Amino acid sequence: MVMDHPRTEGADRQGAETGTAGPQATQQDPGARGGLTQEFGRETPMPLDCGIALGPFTLAYQTYGSLNAEKSNAILVCHALTGDQHMASTHPVTGKEGWWSEIVGPGLPLDTDRYFLICVNVLGGCMGSTGPKSINPATGEPWALDFPVITIADMVRAQKLLIDHLGIDKLFCVIGGSMGGMQVLEWASRYPEKVFAAVPIATAARHTAQNIAFHEVGRQAIMADLDWCGGRYISEGKNPDRGLAVARMTAHITYLSEPALHRKFGRRLQDRNSLTFGFEADFQVESYLRHQGAAFVQRFDANSYLYITRAMDYFDLAQEHGGKLANAFRDTPVRFCVISFTSDWLFPTSENRDIVHALNACAADVSFVEIESDAGHDAFLLDEPEFRDTLAGFIAGCAEHRGLTPGASSP
Amino acid sequence: MSPLDTTRTAKPLRADLQLIADMVAPGSRVLDIGCGEGALLEYLARERRVIARGMELSQKNVNASVARGLSVIQGDADTDLGDYPSGAFDYAILSLTLQATRDPREVVEQMVRIGRHAIVSFPNFGHWRVRLGLLLHGRMPVTGALPEPWYETPNIHLCTVKDFVALCADCGIEIEEALVLNDRQHRTGPNTPRLANLLGEKAIFRLKKD
Repeated sequence: MVMDHPRTEGADRQGAETGTAGPQATQQDPGARGGLTQEFGRETPMPLDCGIALGPFTLAYQTYGSLNAEKSNAILVCHALTGDQHMASTHPVTGKEGWWSEIVGPGLPLDTDRYFLICVNVLGGCMGSTGPKSINPATGEPWALDFPVITIADMVRAQKLLIDHLGIDKLFCVIGGSMGGMQVLEWASRYPEKVFAAVPIATAARHTAQNIAFHEVGRQAIMADLDWCGGRYISEGKNPDRGLAVARMTAHITYLSEPALHRKFGRRLQDRNSLTFGFEADFQVESYLRHQGAAFVQRFDANSYLYITRAMDYFDLAQEHGGKLANAFRDTPVRFCVISFTSDWLFPTSENRDIVHALNACAADVSFVEIESDAGHDAFLLDEPEFRDTLAGFIAGCAEHRGLTPGASSP
Repeated sequence: MSPLDTTRTAKPLRADLQLIADMVAPGSRVLDIGCGEGALLEYLARERRVIARGMELSQKNVNASVARGLSVIQGDADTDLGDYPSGAFDYAILSLTLQATRDPREVVEQMVRIGRHAIVSFPNFGHWRVRLGLLLHGRMPVTGALPEPWYETPNIHLCTVKDFVALCADCGIEIEEALVLNDRQHRTGPNTPRLANLLGEKAIFRLKKD
């Protein structure tokens, strides 16, 4: 039984759909429908951090707006763990509007009338880019757990190949929240001369023990589902729906905040006037979470969830640079704007501030804003006016410095 | 990189901020500590084409400044200056904020470390109105530069011009330039330290330490 849920946080905007066309077993790359794809690594496989070279592989992506003649107005948006390239267009599986349609569009902070926006499904994802549900050319079967473990840096290396393919020498801006913010930091650190401005939002330079712990709960839930079949569920014609749903339910709690949950649900009962003294979803919050879990399995691949959470766990930018985060940004020419939210306990302000301290230590050009919101981690996906204003102001200031005046973008 | 669009001009500055702005060489790197709503920063960025950064305690002011395209972080002069490398800026500016810091001496020392020059302004507690208020009324002075009563003021470390000169000597800091504004916000004529300490309502110092 599904209640009519209130319109909720962006992360579950897609999840709140009861889509019917799930990313099922034999269907390859349904997420890329109507979108763009590009193959890489056929001639020269791409070396991954794990030591394996991957190739050929596909990246699925979407673009919005037009690239100007100088190719100077490109903004790369990096999506979060369960996001995808459909940030401002209808999702092909759920039919829902894009996860950042409040931010990306004509006249919005990321203005498609002025900028050329690119969003790439991450390597290891399940919306058209090569991931564990793709076919392993060596076996003709889905990769499953034979897919190499990928890292945030691998995702970024792959994106760089696409940016090169598009003929863009320097991105005007790289922006993203949560895991997307990790990619932004990796981009700025790895390719500082290729990035004019960077906006890491609600993120961290390393995944904390608590966050690794939550991810591990999700992975164990998936792997404990008998339908996971040791990862070979596609070949077995099954799907670990229950395990993946539990993983999503757990994670979803971490994206909200106690005040937000209280405001939305409190202890209100679901379609009943009294407790049942049983284990049905008596409370609205239970019904909501069950719905989130059930909807999520329609659009997300369980093994992709394992791989992408692992990539986040492994992320530690300081460790990549001799244990000192500032070393990752030494002499950086990139203009940064770090944004956090007061009620975000998954990527709290303190984690974001650590990034700012490291950037200060290299006298980098950095702005840092903390936005007041009770929406928790998901706040970056919502229409928070102060967030929109500061983002728009930062982008406008950067455009001025970059010489991107309104009307300069040629159609 | 093209400079900030200079066709948009900044608003006129308050007199003491204008005097600070006049001390800053065009095109230099500036950190404005306690930049408030960013008036000085915006002026310097637009009119002097400096590379302008700000630090501000109030998150509200920070967000407003960033929304105006300025590079500003939320931070505390008492705790966050230590992050910056030495010589990171040509000028570290602290306008009318020193008296509100917990450790003014440390703040000034950090400023001359991270800036090749430091510019510090503060309300002068040696001003004749302050002296007179205390002498005649026996009450904590409330003046144009010190408008709050003692129980509401954020100013916890007030000093006079002479006090500040002594602090600089103590820290081995060179005073490159010093000027004061009288209570009509004009630069005062008499240039002896004694008269400056008496007639100056606000003082502005440009400092350096090699």
